[in-house]
This record gives sequence, C-alpha cells and structure tokens, in this order.
Amino acid sequence: MKTKFLHVHRLRRVYVWELPVRYYHWLNALAIIVLIVTGFFIANPLAILSHQEAANQYTMGWVRLIHFIASYIFFFNFLFRIYWGFVGNKYANWKQFIPTTRKFFKEMWTVFKIDILMMRGKEHISVGHNAMAGFIYFFTFLAFLVQCLTGFGLYASMGTWWLPKLFAFVPAMLGGDILTRSIHHWSMWFFILFAVIHVYLVFYHDYVEGRGEISSMGGGWKFIEEEVFQNEEHHTPNEPKK
Amino acid sequence: MPINMIKVILICDKGHEGTINRKLLCVSIYQLKSKFMSNELVPMKQPTYYEEVERKGYSRRDFLQFVSMMTAFIGLENSAMGQVATALETQPRLPVIWLHFQECTCCSESFIRSSHPIVADILLDKISLDYTETLMAASGFQAEKCLQDTMTKYKGKYILCVEGSVPMGADGVYCMIGGKTSLQILEEAAENAQAIIAWGSCASNGCVQSARPNPTKATPIHKLVKGKPVIKVPGCPPIGEVMAGVIVHLLTFGRIPELDKLGRPKAFYSKRVHDTCYRRPFYDAGLYVETFDDENARKGYCLYKVGCKGPSTYNACGVMKWNNGTSFPIQSGHPCIGCSEENYWDNGRLYERGSSFAGFGIEANADNVGKVALGVTAAALAGHAVMTNVRKKKLILDLEEEGKQSEHELKS
Repeated sequence: MKTKFLHVHRLRRVYVWELPVRYYHWLNALAIIVLIVTGFFIANPLAILSHQEAANQYTMGWVRLIHFIASYIFFFNFLFRIYWGFVGNKYANWKQFIPTTRKFFKEMWTVFKIDILMMRGKEHISVGHNAMAGFIYFFTFLAFLVQCLTGFGLYASMGTWWLPKLFAFVPAMLGGDILTRSIHHWSMWFFILFAVIHVYLVFYHDYVEGRGEISSMGGGWKFIEEEVFQNEEHHTPNEPKK
Repeated sequence: MPINMIKVILICDKGHEGTINRKLLCVSIYQLKSKFMSNELVPMKQPTYYEEVERKGYSRRDFLQFVSMMTAFIGLENSAMGQVATALETQPRLPVIWLHFQECTCCSESFIRSSHPIVADILLDKISLDYTETLMAASGFQAEKCLQDTMTKYKGKYILCVEGSVPMGADGVYCMIGGKTSLQILEEAAENAQAIIAWGSCASNGCVQSARPNPTKATPIHKLVKGKPVIKVPGCPPIGEVMAGVIVHLLTFGRIPELDKLGRPKAFYSKRVHDTCYRRPFYDAGLYVETFDDENARKGYCLYKVGCKGPSTYNACGVMKWNNGTSFPIQSGHPCIGCSEENYWDNGRLYERGSSFAGFGIEANADNVGKVALGVTAAALAGHAVMTNVRKKKLILDLEEEGKQSEHELKS
C-alpha cells in the first residue's frame, strides 16, 4: 500500500539483539530479581512465627539455596555474555561498552545533552546501545564482577566445589567476611537503582523515538527510518562512520 | 654472679596459693638459673616437658590425658597421640620471649586459664617464658638483660610471642619499654626468632586501638615483620586451648601449623562460629530472636537478627567453648561480636545485622542510603518525564500524527 503523505516514515527493520543476547538479558533480569529478593531476606529475615519444631522447617535454608542457585545462573550467564562480546554481532561487541575512541566520548556527550539535559539539537540515532548506555552497561559489568567476587568469596568456605573455592582470596584480601558481606550488600543497591533507571529509559526512548525500543528485547528488532539509513546518519559507538 | 640478681623468692608448692604466684616463682627461678649459667661455657641442658611435668608432681596418667586432649584440639588423629607424647618427652622446652605492647593482657589471662592444669603449668611455667613483662619477677635493667640474654643464647631457636599491636604514630612514643619503642623491640626480637606467634586480635589485626581514627596508628605485627612466618591467633582473647594447641603443634612437629590465607592455624580457624553453633538449626529454620526479651529469646532461637556475627567469624568457640568448655557467648544468649575478625569494631554495629556505611553518619546503614538514593532517582526520573513532554513535545506530536495518519489510511 502506498502512503499518500511523504512525511510518513518508511521504517527499515534491523536485527539488533540476537537470540543469545535476548536469552542472556532475560535470564539475567530474572536472576537479579531473585537474587535481590532472596538477598534482602537473607540480610534481614522476616519474623516468622511457627509452632513447628525447628527440625521440621527449613525456611532460611531454602531461601539461601535459591540465592545460591540463582547466583550460579547469574555467574555463568555473565561469563557467556563476555564470550558473546567477542563472537556476537556488532551491537553485542565489547567495543560498544568500553570507550576506546574519541568518537565514543563525543557521542556520550551528545546523548547527555539531548536526552538528559533536554537541550535542543539534532536527535541522535543509535541503532544498538547509544554510547552513554554502553558505558553505563560497562559499569554494570563491573558491578557483576564485584558481586561475583564477594558473593563467591563468602560462599567459598561453605562450598565443596573447586569453583567457589577459587574465590577464597577475596575475603582474605579484604581482611574477612564481615567487610566482604558489607560490600556485597552495598553493591546490591546499584542493581536496584540501575533497574529503575534502565526501565524508565527504555520507555522514554520508545515514547520519544518510536523505533520499537521496548519490544526489541522480545523479537530482537529495532526500526530506523529509511532516510536515516540512506543518509548513514545512524550511530554505533566505535564503529567507523562510512 | 652479681649479688643483686638474687631476688626474694616466694616458696610455694603446687596446689598452694594462686597460679600467678607459682608462675612468678618458677619464672624467676629460671631467670636466675639462666643468669647463673650465662657466664658458663657449657649451656645448661634444658629439661624436657615430661621431666618438668614429673617434677611438678603430675602422674603419667595426667600427662597422657593432657596429650590426648591436645591431640584432639590440634585436629590430629588418635594415632598421632604417640607422636605428641614422644615430642613432649624428648623435646627440650622451647625458649619463649613473650612481648607485650598495646594490649590488655586478656590473651595471657586466657592462656593461663586454659582448661587442663598442665597447659598452664608446662606451657607457661616450663615453656621457659624467658621474658614476659607481665609475669616475670625481674624488672628494670634485669628484665631487659633477660631479654638480651635469651636473644643471644637461643639465637634462631626461640619462639617470639607478641601480644598487642605496635603504635607507629608519633615515632612510636605511645608504647615504649626501657627507652625503646615497640617497633624497635619487635624488630630486634623478631630478627633471630624461629617463629612468631601473634597472640590475639591486637597483634593479628590491630583490635580496638586501631579502630578509626586510630590515633596511635596501632599496627598488627604481620605488617611490620617481613620474611618470617607469623602465626596469627586472633580473638579477644583467643581461646586458651587454642593458644596451647598452637604451641603443642610447634613442639610436636617442629614447624608451624598449617595456616589459612589470613595466616591463622587451619585447625582452629577454618570453620565459622556459625558452622559449629548449636543454634544453627534455628537459623536454617528461619526462627530468630527479634529482641533480647522476647519469647523467641527464651526459646533459645538463633541470634542472627540481633546482630550475631557468627556467620562471618572464623573461630573455634562453638566447639571448644570457654572456661573449661562451660559455655560461649551464644550459649549464654548473647550474639557473637566477631572479636576474632579484622575491624569488627568498625564493620557495623554489634547488635545489628544491617551494614553501616562509613562516612554517612552513625545511624546510616546501607539500606537507608539505598532508599534515599532510590527516592532521589525516582524524583529525578519523574522530573525527566515531565521535561520530556515539555521539551520534546514536537517530536512526540509528530510521531503521534504520523501514527494517526496511517491509522486513518488503513481501510479496515
């Protein structure tokens, strides 16, 4: 069907998030939610009244078990994502997250001006992550690392498998479990704050740009206007502009 | 022999007076002996531990009881009892220099009260405490000479026990003995020591005097002594039997016990208090004391929510207990304060699980800071959302218009 109006955009479908990336994203989201909820419970368990003998219940035990299972899923999922940063498509590449060029910083500044300070100017068109988002995700990876180190560090003395035992150096380095536990607890708040901002910004971009930001983590597609594609106005941090 | 070396000696037999008097006596006798001998060409033959035990009037049975207890404490098999007994029968007593710096002497107190009398008798009296400020009879120049003599006579053979941290602030003036700073004394004594034992939390990690802002710059000894094995025996104080166990291990095997990554003997510090706590089933069941006077406290539920640091504390309290195995804090209804952990005084409050956040005031814990941050974030996002609708109005309306156009043009 032909449109009568020239200014109605033709959209070009771009396959941005490959299936493994989408799996990673949702598995990660699920694991983080489970870890936060169980983590809060472990830090400050609910006052449960019970007429049962202690031997007949295992409330804290189950919560901790779920926390540990989720942490293993989280950890291996994280490792997989690092691997995918080297073999995945250009939007999944590690260069999207670590600024190595001036262009990256320049785009970050543009995003800051347009999206955060709401300054007038040409809207930036990022197909995958914009530079600012990519850089924030880099911090989330650091937070993942901190949680894995401190979490498995605390688990090391309980675990029997060699893998968590590898992390025994962490509490040793920090001087003990008390500080390790505190860091584990403090860092958790980063995830909560991140999740709130992350979800908000997804809605924001979908609302302002209308390119299928929200649904992209479902089907993997984003849409860019045909003329943007033709004029090569789209961005990808660290990808040389053709 | 200079006449001024002879001091008044109190004679009291085993079983009389307090332990301290006996110790003072024996320590001073040995100091006198070593004074007498120091001018001779042939050093006096050191008696073995067993000889000392016999001389003290203990029976063979007492001795073997002690051996079996120690064997169990240091985590050896039954079959190793023979080895421990042989070591105590044949090894000459260890010369020990026991230094006291910034400390409260609770380690010494704990040690001399370890459950089996032989521990105090042979390990303290006969361990040949050649120099220990608290228990020795000598004082002043004589005491200092004792220290020098021991260091020369047993060069490379003596065990250096350090109780207390070393103040590094203001050139070390906060703790000086005989005109020397703690650091000077430590460095001098450590140079020719066979092994170094850091008794208690002060020597192992600085303890309370190194709490922020640490005015005297109290420093644990492993940070000051280089190139020597330092056995850390943290705790405030450490359990007496644990201290005895470390010494017996040194004696039996002639080398330091296996240490963990933080330098603590694995036999005593590989498990958390939590892991050996008899209230652990309540923890797993999710049954907790909410306040100290509630029904749950009476039922003996887990003390986790009133700040028990057992889950973060590596020590043998749950197994060995205190005062001849009578009890330990949790058994008495008090949460573990984590006294054998580094910085336990700065890492959160004693009666709370919440992790305090340094730099945000006394009352701020991580969750409060997090909630405030969350509130600020939510407010900022709400502001952003409003601003988006204002500043990007055209963009949004265009999109809407475009979408509406297409909707109109669609026939059905």
